[in-house]
Amino acid sequence: MFRSHVLVCGGTGCTSSGSAKIIEKLQSEIDSNGLHDEVQVVKTGCFGLCALGPIMIIYPEGSFYSMVKEEDIPEIVSEHLLKGRIVTRLLYQETVSENGVKSLNETNFYKKQHRVALRNCGVINPENIDEYIGTDGYQALGKVLTEMTPDQVIQTILDSGLRGRGGGGFPTGMKWKLARTIVPDADQKYVCCNADEGDPGAFMDRSVLEGDPHVVLEAMAIAGYAIGANQGYIYVRAEYPIAVKRLEIAINQAREYGLLGKNIFDSGFDFDIDLRLGAGAFVCGEETALMTSIEGNRGEPRPRPPFPAEKGLYGKPTILNNVETYANIPRIILQGADWFASMGTEKSKGTKVFALGGKINNTGLVEVPMGTTLREVVEEIGGGIPGGKKFKAAQTGGPSGGCIPAEHFDVEIDYDNLIAIGSMMGSGGLIVMDEDNCMVDIAKFFLEFTVDESCGKCTPCRVGTKRLLEILDKITKGQGTMEDIDKMEELCYYIKANSLCGLGQTAPNPVLSTLKFFRDEYIAHVVDKKCPAGVCKDLLSFEIDAEKCKGCTACARVCPGNAIEGTVKNPHVINKDKCLKCGACIEKCKFGAIYKK
Amino acid sequence: MKSLEELKAIRDKMKGQVDIREEDSNATRVVVGMATCGIAAGARPVLTAFSNAVQERDLQNVSVVQTGCIGLCQYEPIVEVFKADGEKTTYVKVKPEMVDEIIDQHIIKGNVVTKYTIDAAKLG
Repeated sequence: MFRSHVLVCGGTGCTSSGSAKIIEKLQSEIDSNGLHDEVQVVKTGCFGLCALGPIMIIYPEGSFYSMVKEEDIPEIVSEHLLKGRIVTRLLYQETVSENGVKSLNETNFYKKQHRVALRNCGVINPENIDEYIGTDGYQALGKVLTEMTPDQVIQTILDSGLRGRGGGGFPTGMKWKLARTIVPDADQKYVCCNADEGDPGAFMDRSVLEGDPHVVLEAMAIAGYAIGANQGYIYVRAEYPIAVKRLEIAINQAREYGLLGKNIFDSGFDFDIDLRLGAGAFVCGEETALMTSIEGNRGEPRPRPPFPAEKGLYGKPTILNNVETYANIPRIILQGADWFASMGTEKSKGTKVFALGGKINNTGLVEVPMGTTLREVVEEIGGGIPGGKKFKAAQTGGPSGGCIPAEHFDVEIDYDNLIAIGSMMGSGGLIVMDEDNCMVDIAKFFLEFTVDESCGKCTPCRVGTKRLLEILDKITKGQGTMEDIDKMEELCYYIKANSLCGLGQTAPNPVLSTLKFFRDEYIAHVVDKKCPAGVCKDLLSFEIDAEKCKGCTACARVCPGNAIEGTVKNPHVINKDKCLKCGACIEKCKFGAIYKK
Repeated sequence: MKSLEELKAIRDKMKGQVDIREEDSNATRVVVGMATCGIAAGARPVLTAFSNAVQERDLQNVSVVQTGCIGLCQYEPIVEVFKADGEKTTYVKVKPEMVDEIIDQHIIKGNVVTKYTIDAAKLG
């Protein structure tokens, strides 16, 4: 038994900032201090505060060390682990106060969070099934198989009010009920998990899979029992190697324990799960395209109805839920529908995980009750915007979503409120933008993404998004007309109404919502030929203020295009024909003499 | 695994170990002095004995932590027990053999083991 546990984040964020080396060093320092029987090193999933990685928590003290470097390890081991003296200088500074060390749960980042789907992430070793069982893992499956009928399971999920966390927000219980009843004599049914997380900036599902893979397996088995399926598939992106590896380990461990396979808990219920790796096409996150891809065909969507609950994978009744949706299921079974329904708003129950990104201090993963305001998420949990800049908008729902402008900063986040203001919940990517972001450029960025990812099967999406992007490109180059704006808007509605699948139907949303809230920026690009945020390069020119310039030549030396001319101690001038508008000179100038116009 | 009992057995075995990763401000804290003086006097086996005993008995709301020099080096190893209500008991010259008694009598039943406390040591 160990008197102290050292938890080191092994999620993708911290792994890329070097946590694997830290674990190695930690283990060797612990060994050389003779502590290997007393201190256990646990590689966990994501703690959420990715901006401060690599992260390490030492229990029982609960000391939260952030931005740990390899050379800090000997000190942590000899001071903290050996002598019990917490290394204050390495602590997450939010936890350090005049009266000593605060609990992590009292910091702004964690205070308002409520972890249901992420409850084991950063707490257990995801590669050890015993640790999952130690936090009540597989108890819900046991309860379902020994005490509940499939109808009772479905009723519990219905009563909980859980809605699909992948973006659509369809009631999960309803989906299960349809799959159970719509084809009464089906000989085969399937349970699928959508882990093809593709929105730029979203990494909720990856973190659950990396930090708590067993919760998904357990929930899928419960779903299988509820609808009468004995085979599950997890469709996961091949670009998530850590998640894939941990899922493989988890499936093998669950099979070894008999928690997957034949006759689970002697109940006569069989269930097994296989992985299918996606090759990175965004459209495969769409349910019909995903199933087509599992079948071994090119990942293209097909019209609905028939819905998957009736004719899904291999033409059989199928349910398809998102990773985060599944992560809620075992808790609902164990703690009851009422417990879950007591969190959130009237029509959106429970919590939602968001991946915070963009212009925000605490980049990372947060889970908050539905109904938390955008302001609380950005300013309190997210720690606000770097450099004291002003909040301009938040983008939710990725390429299918829209922007929430500052005037809606106090909106309570739930499915219906976000749709009402022209955005959507989406899978949970939340990108914060400040005054330096150009909204036309943002719309263009997302359109470039959807043009790339359009599968090409239907014309409105294949051709329509391309034309839309061309108009946007014209506008950002200062060649647009007011007519273009109207034409673009009309085209948006046409694409929405006529595309085959969700990708095309939602692709114009970033354009429509920026047009709705930031029309003046479009007009500035078209009429004044100016980019107010100073982003669109074709509308910018760089100038040197001759009065402020000291002639230090620093800008001329850093300029990659040799566009700055002038002699020492005399004001310099930018040659506009050569200027690449990269901004390197502005960063270099110590006197603030260079400006964009 | 074919029964819920087997699952529960694994859970109970693991629970005491995973619970160490929870923070609870209402916990009883067992604080072991682990400065150079404490370590020299044999505090490490005492610390591990406490930690193991708490996990083996799956005691909820008890955390075993280290601290630096408590300031009474001649009485090391020193163990301080803080109950949730803030009441503090200081045990001195603690040996691993005393740990079970302190846990069973004091931490579980609430009866301070007077003979090991600093007051007894001073009188003796």
